[in-house]
Amino acid sequence: MFLINCPFCGERDQNEFSSGGEAHIVRPKQPTELSDDQWAEFLFMRKNIKGVQFERWNHSHGCRKWFNVVRDTSNDKIHSVYKMGEKPPVK
Amino acid sequence: MSDLRVHKTKYINETKRVSFKYDGKNYFGYEGDTLASALLANGVHLIGRSFKYHRPRGIMSCGSEEPNAICQISAKNDLTEPNVRATELEIYDGLEAFSQNCWPNVKFDIGGINNLISPLIPAGFYYKTFMWPKSFWKKVYEPLIRMSAGLGKSPTEPDPDIYDHKYVHYDVLVIGGGLSGIISAKIAAKSNLKTLLVDDKKTLGGSTIYQSNDSFKIDDQHSSKWLEKEINEISKIENLTVKTRTSIAAYHGYNYLLARENLTDHLSIKDKKDKIRQRLWKIRAKKVIVATGAIERPLVFNNNDRPGILLSNSINKYLDYYGVTCGKNIVLFTNNDSAYETAISLYKKGIKNLIVDLRKNSQSEIAKQAQNLGIKIYFNHVVTNTFGYRRINSVELMELSDDGNTTIGNKIKLNCDCLGISGGWTPTVHMHTQSGGKLDFKNDDQVFIPKEIDNDQISVGACNGDFDLETIIDKTVNKINIFLEINNQDYKNTKVDCSIEKEKRNIWLLPNKIPLGKTKCFIDFQNDSTAKDIKLALKEGFRSIEHVKRYTTTGMATDQGKLSNMHALGIIADTAGVKMGTLGTTTFRPPFTPLTFGTIVGRNVGKFFEVVRKTSIHDWHVDNKAKFENVGQWKRPWYYPKNGETKHDAVQRESKAARDSAGILDASTLGKIDIQGTDASEFLNRVYTNAWSKLSIGKCRYGLMLNEDGMVYDDGVTTRLAENHYLMTTTTGGAANVLGKLEDYLQTEWPELDVYLTSVTDHYSTASVCGPNSKKIINKIFPELDLSDENFPHMSFKNTKLDNINCRVMRISFTGELSYEINIESKYGKSLWEKCISAGQEFNITPYGTETMHLLRAEKGFIIVGQDTDGTMTPSDLQMDWIVSKKKYDFIGKRSLYRSDTIREDRKQLVGLLTDDPKEILEEGAQIVLDTNTKPIDMLGHVTSSYFSPNLNKSIALAVVRSGKNMKGQKLTIPMENKNINVTVSDTIFLDKENKRLNA
Amino acid sequence: MKNKYSIFSLIKNAFSDHENWQQAWGDPEPKKEYDAVIVGGGGHGLATAYYLAKKHNLTNIAVVEKGWIGGGNTGRNTTIIRSNYLWDASAGLYDHALKIWENLSQELNYNVMFSQRGVMNLAHNLQDVRDLKRRTHANRLNGIDAVWLETDEVKKFCPIINTSQNIRYPVLGGTLQRRAGTARHDAVAWGYARGANEMGVDIIQNCEVKGIKRNGDKVEGLETTKGFIKTKKIGVVAAGHSSVIANMAGIKLPLESKPLQALVSEPVKPIIDTVVMSNAVHAYISQSDKGELVIGAGTDSYVSYSQRGSHNIVEDTLKAILELYPIFSRMKMLRQWGGIVDICPDASPIISKTNIKGLYFNCGWGTGGFKATPGSGDLFAHTIANDEPHKLNAAFNLNRFVSGDLVDEHGAAAVAH
Repeated sequence: MFLINCPFCGERDQNEFSSGGEAHIVRPKQPTELSDDQWAEFLFMRKNIKGVQFERWNHSHGCRKWFNVVRDTSNDKIHSVYKMGEKPPVK
Repeated sequence: MSDLRVHKTKYINETKRVSFKYDGKNYFGYEGDTLASALLANGVHLIGRSFKYHRPRGIMSCGSEEPNAICQISAKNDLTEPNVRATELEIYDGLEAFSQNCWPNVKFDIGGINNLISPLIPAGFYYKTFMWPKSFWKKVYEPLIRMSAGLGKSPTEPDPDIYDHKYVHYDVLVIGGGLSGIISAKIAAKSNLKTLLVDDKKTLGGSTIYQSNDSFKIDDQHSSKWLEKEINEISKIENLTVKTRTSIAAYHGYNYLLARENLTDHLSIKDKKDKIRQRLWKIRAKKVIVATGAIERPLVFNNNDRPGILLSNSINKYLDYYGVTCGKNIVLFTNNDSAYETAISLYKKGIKNLIVDLRKNSQSEIAKQAQNLGIKIYFNHVVTNTFGYRRINSVELMELSDDGNTTIGNKIKLNCDCLGISGGWTPTVHMHTQSGGKLDFKNDDQVFIPKEIDNDQISVGACNGDFDLETIIDKTVNKINIFLEINNQDYKNTKVDCSIEKEKRNIWLLPNKIPLGKTKCFIDFQNDSTAKDIKLALKEGFRSIEHVKRYTTTGMATDQGKLSNMHALGIIADTAGVKMGTLGTTTFRPPFTPLTFGTIVGRNVGKFFEVVRKTSIHDWHVDNKAKFENVGQWKRPWYYPKNGETKHDAVQRESKAARDSAGILDASTLGKIDIQGTDASEFLNRVYTNAWSKLSIGKCRYGLMLNEDGMVYDDGVTTRLAENHYLMTTTTGGAANVLGKLEDYLQTEWPELDVYLTSVTDHYSTASVCGPNSKKIINKIFPELDLSDENFPHMSFKNTKLDNINCRVMRISFTGELSYEINIESKYGKSLWEKCISAGQEFNITPYGTETMHLLRAEKGFIIVGQDTDGTMTPSDLQMDWIVSKKKYDFIGKRSLYRSDTIREDRKQLVGLLTDDPKEILEEGAQIVLDTNTKPIDMLGHVTSSYFSPNLNKSIALAVVRSGKNMKGQKLTIPMENKNINVTVSDTIFLDKENKRLNA
Repeated sequence: MKNKYSIFSLIKNAFSDHENWQQAWGDPEPKKEYDAVIVGGGGHGLATAYYLAKKHNLTNIAVVEKGWIGGGNTGRNTTIIRSNYLWDASAGLYDHALKIWENLSQELNYNVMFSQRGVMNLAHNLQDVRDLKRRTHANRLNGIDAVWLETDEVKKFCPIINTSQNIRYPVLGGTLQRRAGTARHDAVAWGYARGANEMGVDIIQNCEVKGIKRNGDKVEGLETTKGFIKTKKIGVVAAGHSSVIANMAGIKLPLESKPLQALVSEPVKPIIDTVVMSNAVHAYISQSDKGELVIGAGTDSYVSYSQRGSHNIVEDTLKAILELYPIFSRMKMLRQWGGIVDICPDASPIISKTNIKGLYFNCGWGTGGFKATPGSGDLFAHTIANDEPHKLNAAFNLNRFVSGDLVDEHGAAAVAH
């Protein structure tokens, strides 16, 4: 049961949030120009990293804002959070 | 006072007698007794039978590690509770306890036959047999195996008790109220930190609180006296909360812990009534101090399981805390100094005892004290066997060889009525490992101790492998000061005198002249796994501790291996010739002690299981005898039976009334999302398949929303309220998900769009009035409203007022009838509804539920997302190509519509079905085939919606069928279990193809 | 030939105090080269090796396991076995497995305690009823023994269920597959390991794969903690860790690995003699032969390899259990644990070749892989041996995520109007 530091509300129980999976998968600007393979890459293929992962979370039972979290999926330790549109931390 | 209650202690209130029953027989004890101490005081050792061999077993310990003394509590079907540890249960007036896993009774148990055939049933025997003849498995073997399952019995009636949850936040949580826990809590609380101290026992003080030996003194007093003063002191500290009878069940990440507080289990039957039984504390602590102490280890030798064999320190606690002696002629068998304390305590109460010590000698102060008192000590000796069926009556000793590998000399047989065993102490590292911590092996004491993990938790005292008084106090104070970044000096001048253990000798499996295969050296007492079982597992190639554990079931009983895990590991290490620390340990899984389901669930059952969402018109529906359907969390009227109508009759009547005159539906549950912003139209263009820019203000449009994988996700009508303002409706069940999805796109993919979304589902109530007379009814309610087709055409809306209350009237239709939906602020919903009913009375306005709504829309071939779709249907599959804009560059899911599989012509497509027999109603979900004779049968699709249409006087159905688009007129078959039904593929629209009724 | 297990061998060995049993499988160091290497010593991986040896005569093969065999999801699941799946492809796959289960103990000479006590799936709302009836019809026509039960028949089959129509989500009926049931999970891994080892398969534990060596679009071998192993065929059956291995080979999979939790109660005398699954309220329950109530909880929504989930998932499951079985309120949770399940977007598995020659993946089983173990092993062995899928696993290829031909077992996406 981790605590997530919502960049808008502060530290809250994991219960209040929902996960949106891997971050920085940008929706292609021109989907019609992609091959089926390229579209499938966007749609379904995931790194599914064991280790430090950049991911999206939504404070769904709070401010409803989406933001990014850097979390180690091997032990669930959260390293940092940052807002949508902000540059991800280097490490 | 029985002659086994040998002295008075402050923890037993001898003025309060407590009567209880055990196996039907009346006994009494005193307030303060556990069931175990009370039974021991009555001379009862034999408590139950073991799981596999049905061996007689007695009380072995005095705490949560107890493997043997577990009972069924209460004979009532609703209050009974299996597998309750007698060592933890405080007795109360009216308590009824029963022995388990025996028949006809604990003294004579038929299952005891298993002990005789034990050579045939070694570890894992069931994997090797019961396979032939194959037919016997189901009829003979399996029932036999399952019959022997379990220990106690489950209740068979619902639990009348209530449970509760509590959420708390603390700066510091201290787990364990023994010496180190009390010191830690005191230091933390006095440093102005909000502190919680929990202990699973009734009283604080751990094992120090009954220590009265002259070899252990703090500030020149017995350590128990000193600790009493400390306890008294902490009770006065304001920011310290102390919770006794509270045990930590689980330690999750981020210092999130669950604790169970026992509130009534110790109360008399009449005092328990109507009180909360247990409370689950959900604790977030900034820092956690683990001070959970240590558990005494047994020793592993032949027949080490008889009633009357207890852990040595437990004998001490029963004596000095409860005032009860476990026997009158006691042998203590040990490999360490702690049994000497027990011996001296017994001696001082006049109980005959002697010591058998594995070690060659002991030079410690306490050993000398014992010797000076004249207590007989057999150094370098080992117990090789015990005797006595229902209670131990003698032990056999032999001398140990120098290397400890064999026994030498002659057997010595000693009579006794009780044997205390002590194989050293195992730090209780469960909390540390549950939280994700790793362990280090400490060789001199042969123990695993916590490896420090981060700065948010720490282990102190015996659970950290610190066993003597001086070290405990010193290290605890130092570590806590560093941990909390403070500088507490309270204990700077505390003077500690204690006996220090000098000699150590640990042998995991004690030597014996008898071959191991002929012995029963128990490791896991409850599950009956023995040293030879472990060796067998190793011989068969199971090398990992987890394999051995699973193969032999060691450590998997209700005590979760608190007494057995170390010996299992030790024997594996010795056999494999590897170092103990290299093997790892098994995982310590939560909970620490078994946790009642009711406590975990709290009040969230029955009427609090899940919130019920009701519309503001709900009470009217109840008053008018509606049957309800659950749609998501909503209660929706399903149909309104009149005068004992069946569902079918009610739905036929409602459907007919709606088409013939007027019907009214509570449509408040549909999701409503308010969309505002200068880019609102562009946003809708991106989320719906059709185009939105040209929708004029005041007009409504139906929209279809896809998943990014091209499959239909939701639908509904969206209305343009103003230039930059829309109101979207969604399906009832999909509302929350649609909002979530739209927010996701808006915030993460298209942050440049100026759009704001607000859920307004609960803000408005909606009454939908339909039917040829609906215009007249609306006119009666809103006489000033121009309802002419020119000024108020289909798919448009008007703002108006009802008695000064703002209303929005929309002319939209899901039934194909002329139809108006009135939105009003939610709290006026019922009043609006009643106005509609009374205005409609002269037209026989008929309230209808979801079932009739489904029927009416099916007549018109309108889909229901989730019923006619299943996440695998594209708009084209639904024959709704008309709603997919060809002009728009992109919308959610567009690209997926052009993949090789989604453009196939032979996908499953929505069609209508007419049964050859118009009276025959198809079953929703029934499969459709062309030819019933193919093998395997080729299923083309299934029936998604099916009704008897009173308006068409025939059965109609919607279905999805492979290549269905081109099948109109095709005869198909629906093979049911007992018959085939012939159908013909039809158009999806059964009624009013020209949409004349919309403007009737 | 190893000891054949039987009552006679037990009696014989009893006379020698069980000192003469042979080891069930060895503990070899890896050879320099194998004809094929299976990565992952769970039930599926060991079964794959068994069938490669047994049906395809590939005996110079190894199974490499980073921990101990059967220690992943094989030893962590709630052991439910059924084949009442909706789509033809799924029904074919899972019923193939179920048919093997029915003779598995005899085949392996290892009692896996396959117990055909029946599995019920309950319906709690009208759409559930439609979906389950649809499945039952499809099952019947696919030759799978599923039947629909009305609420009173549900009650009759499992009397302890609370079928009152006044509860929040009342039972509106259910389906029953009588051939379905449970098995002893550890025994499946051990039985296959013993059988495979007997035919010459090396089972190498404590051997973690660290890299996959490729030469262009072909595999050449594996880097492991026990050194380099040369091989032309690698079958990856690593469940929750599939993506980790895929990343080593430079490919991505359509998977997310999430925590799935389960728990058992203290053991009690038999009280529920079937398996009852309730998807809508999320309550899965059965009783083990030891007497423990075995309860499956849900998955968390986030990726995690920590083998622990959040407490509220367990709380929610027990809430549903007590709603349906109020008599269990005083029962006590003895143990809870978590596994890592790899989930595909369509909730169906992948048993497939990849774009890299000699690299095969068997993954994406999500929460329901145990039931498929024997079938999965058999079909994956076929796929590896022939470099072509069997017709029963052809639909479970990786390309379906490109073409869109998913096998969507989620069922209905939303609730009705």
